[in-house]
Amino acid sequence: MSTMTSTPSGTAPDRTPDAPKTTAGESPVKAFLGRWETLILALIVVVFLVGQAISTEFLTGDSLTSGTADFAEYALLALPLTLIIATGEIDLSVASILALSSAVMGSLWNAGLPMEAIIPICFVVGAVCGAFNGWLVTGLGLPSLAVTIGTLALFRGLAFVVLGDESVTSFPAAYTDWGFGNFAGTPVPNPIVLFLVLAVLFALVLHRTPLGRSIFAIGANKEAARFSGLRVDRIQFRLFVLSGVIAALAGIILTLRNSTAAGNVGEGFELTAIAAVVLGGVSIFGGTGTIGGVLLALILLAGIQKALNLDPDISTYWVQIVTGILLVGSVLGPNIAARVREARRINTRGARPTRPGRPAEAQTGPGGEGNTNA
Amino acid sequence: MSTPSTTTPIVALDGASRSFGAVHALKNASLPLRGGEVRALMGENGAGKSTLVKILTGVDRPNSGQVLVDGEPVVFHSTADSRDAGVAVILQEPTLFPDLSVAENVVMGRHPKRSFGRIDRPGMKKMVQEILDRLGVDLDPDRPVQGLSIADQQIVEIAKAMSFDARVLIMDEPTAALSGREVERLFGVVRALQERGAAVLFISHRLEEVYDIATVVTVMRDGEVVHDGPLSELPEDELVRRMVGRDVNQLFPKTEAKVGELLLDVQGLSREGVFYDVDLQVKAGEIVALAGLVGAGRSEVAQAIFGVDHATEGRVSMNGQELPLGKPTASVAAGMALVPEDRRQQGLVMEMSIGHNSTLARLGEMRKNGLLSPKKERDEATQWAKRLQLKYGRLTDPVGTLSGGNQQKVVLAKWLSTKPRLLIIDEPTRGIDVGTKAEVHRIINDLASEGLGVLMVSSELPEVLGMADRVLVMHEGRITAELSRAEANEERVVRAATGRAAVAEEIA
Repeated sequence: MSTMTSTPSGTAPDRTPDAPKTTAGESPVKAFLGRWETLILALIVVVFLVGQAISTEFLTGDSLTSGTADFAEYALLALPLTLIIATGEIDLSVASILALSSAVMGSLWNAGLPMEAIIPICFVVGAVCGAFNGWLVTGLGLPSLAVTIGTLALFRGLAFVVLGDESVTSFPAAYTDWGFGNFAGTPVPNPIVLFLVLAVLFALVLHRTPLGRSIFAIGANKEAARFSGLRVDRIQFRLFVLSGVIAALAGIILTLRNSTAAGNVGEGFELTAIAAVVLGGVSIFGGTGTIGGVLLALILLAGIQKALNLDPDISTYWVQIVTGILLVGSVLGPNIAARVREARRINTRGARPTRPGRPAEAQTGPGGEGNTNA
Repeated sequence: MSTPSTTTPIVALDGASRSFGAVHALKNASLPLRGGEVRALMGENGAGKSTLVKILTGVDRPNSGQVLVDGEPVVFHSTADSRDAGVAVILQEPTLFPDLSVAENVVMGRHPKRSFGRIDRPGMKKMVQEILDRLGVDLDPDRPVQGLSIADQQIVEIAKAMSFDARVLIMDEPTAALSGREVERLFGVVRALQERGAAVLFISHRLEEVYDIATVVTVMRDGEVVHDGPLSELPEDELVRRMVGRDVNQLFPKTEAKVGELLLDVQGLSREGVFYDVDLQVKAGEIVALAGLVGAGRSEVAQAIFGVDHATEGRVSMNGQELPLGKPTASVAAGMALVPEDRRQQGLVMEMSIGHNSTLARLGEMRKNGLLSPKKERDEATQWAKRLQLKYGRLTDPVGTLSGGNQQKVVLAKWLSTKPRLLIIDEPTRGIDVGTKAEVHRIINDLASEGLGVLMVSSELPEVLGMADRVLVMHEGRITAELSRAEANEERVVRAATGRAAVAEEIA
């Protein structure tokens, strides 16, 4: 029988090419260099050097303000997505919930409700959307990928039902000023400060609480998590609700920042957010990852976007191309590393582990013959 | 196809041995398969039957000894080799393509062709119909396999074997999932094959069926063939005795338990199609074994009690308090712990560290000011690792780096640290080396003498007889016998496990 860990593609491979992280007996320096986060950090440095070469405006306060503000929504969406992906599930409907939240906001503002009433309603709408996702996934046991592809279309459609093709732009200045503004004399935009506070909370939850440990256990082995008495379904349901609420928050912020509510906002945001999560070292199969890594990946992606946007000669397509290459690389790299390690292991031990497959194939594989002829 | 003489076996195993490391799965085993004979292969779990079958089908090769085809030594390098020699296997769970028709499954890979490589559908249908007619079964070749009963799927497998001109049919527990009538029909097919000169090797735990269909028998024990002869000369009692006939080695440091108050009370627990009407009680300080054959429903009962699996009916109470069914968290809170059968899939999160695995069942207690305290976790994990004499490098190493026995100790640590009042332990020593085995037995015994109630599922008779204060035997989803420590012996347990439940009255 083959083990979970011996398959290069079956489960989360190490993100660390040479040194599996925190292995016993390694020097702290080597452990640091072997970490995925270190690689991202190095890439950030490269991007910042390139950015500086492209334009002297790159490393200025203004640039920081505009560059990060444009990333606030992606960053917010990435937080709950990190938790969901760490459990081995996914939520593709976040950008649609964001749009629905924006549409509800616009529609209710048109109807004359005060902002103090509208904002809580938006959160409730997000929570209900998330609960619907969660119920389909945990209550009915449907795959989250299929469910949230469906609700991606559904919630986006509802956003247009709520607001139609129009857009609402007449939001009160007190609120939009907060959305535009920076935090207390710093060049850091208010939404980013809010994000940073949430990021700290999420990091604490994921890395320092029983809930966070349960999330990793579920992602690594759902069955063993159930056998350990963890409330698997309840945790997953709540994560989807959380994802809906944060998506609604991102919708509110986007609406205020642009002073525009519309049903078509944030299209494709879910992909950038997921890209950041995966690039940040969270295994798409669940079980591993850190909020810190996701934070670094967000900085990297925002840096790339800003750097390439500063040069008018560089087409915006390049942002997508570079992001795409990084993303494929982030999935490919650890896989290749795992295969190389596997190959080395085979060479040194002379035995080849059986790969999962249909029994007949596994039995007739060359591995069995090698063993007995020896 | 020529019918070989009755003396030269079509396929035979001659003095074959196979060992895996220090474990001798097969020792100098010989087994002839002659045309026109139905041979039963009997033995307990782990007696070496499956190793023998693997060698005959080319899945595995012996370390010494050989396989003979028509008296000539051959080496089966793969299942294809054995198939070409005319050996076919029918498994308990057929492996067919559900979306394809019966006929397509039978001729899979060897479709009769017309011009331009088109499949000759009428020809295919005719050929398959002929085979089915020869087997005397009424099955539509055009029907998709999806929706066929297991019994019908086995017939399709047999038809497939016949289309290969198989001369030897190995049937590994083919009747385990069949109803009485389906078994009859299968036996009809087997007899038809027998009359046509095929050799059949029939493996079953059901004595009744064996006596019904087989003519000769090979009995295995501990990897050795201990009996080979006509079945008519071997009475049932004698057969059972030969299957189990070893001394229960007194490796088990059994201390007399002081049995206390009632802990677990299970009433009428049922799950449609899996187990029925299970009543069982476990008292403090008592070790109750749930014995029986693989597939009797023991693990399913254990998991339903703990709540990771669903029961359709019945009640489970701990300390007189009824528990909701299907809620493991509630069971843990009530003082229950389950050390499951499948360590790698159910017991441990293999990607996680030793330390994190050992605290996974009680994360709530590992908090300090609301956050997990690494120090607390480390201290607790270290303490239990010491208590169970765990051999490990660092607590931060992945649990997968440990040996099987030490992994089992981590599972034990994880659950014992929750201070359970009842420990359900499923196959406590499966895949564990002998030394650690004895240690695990000692741990369980010590805990029981401290007042822990233990419900132990085990397929190893020595373990059952050596450890248990009381033995419950399951057969096909029902408890067929309850034996006290004094009453329990191998013969009684095996009889009850194979459905010969006369034991119950005999004792009463």
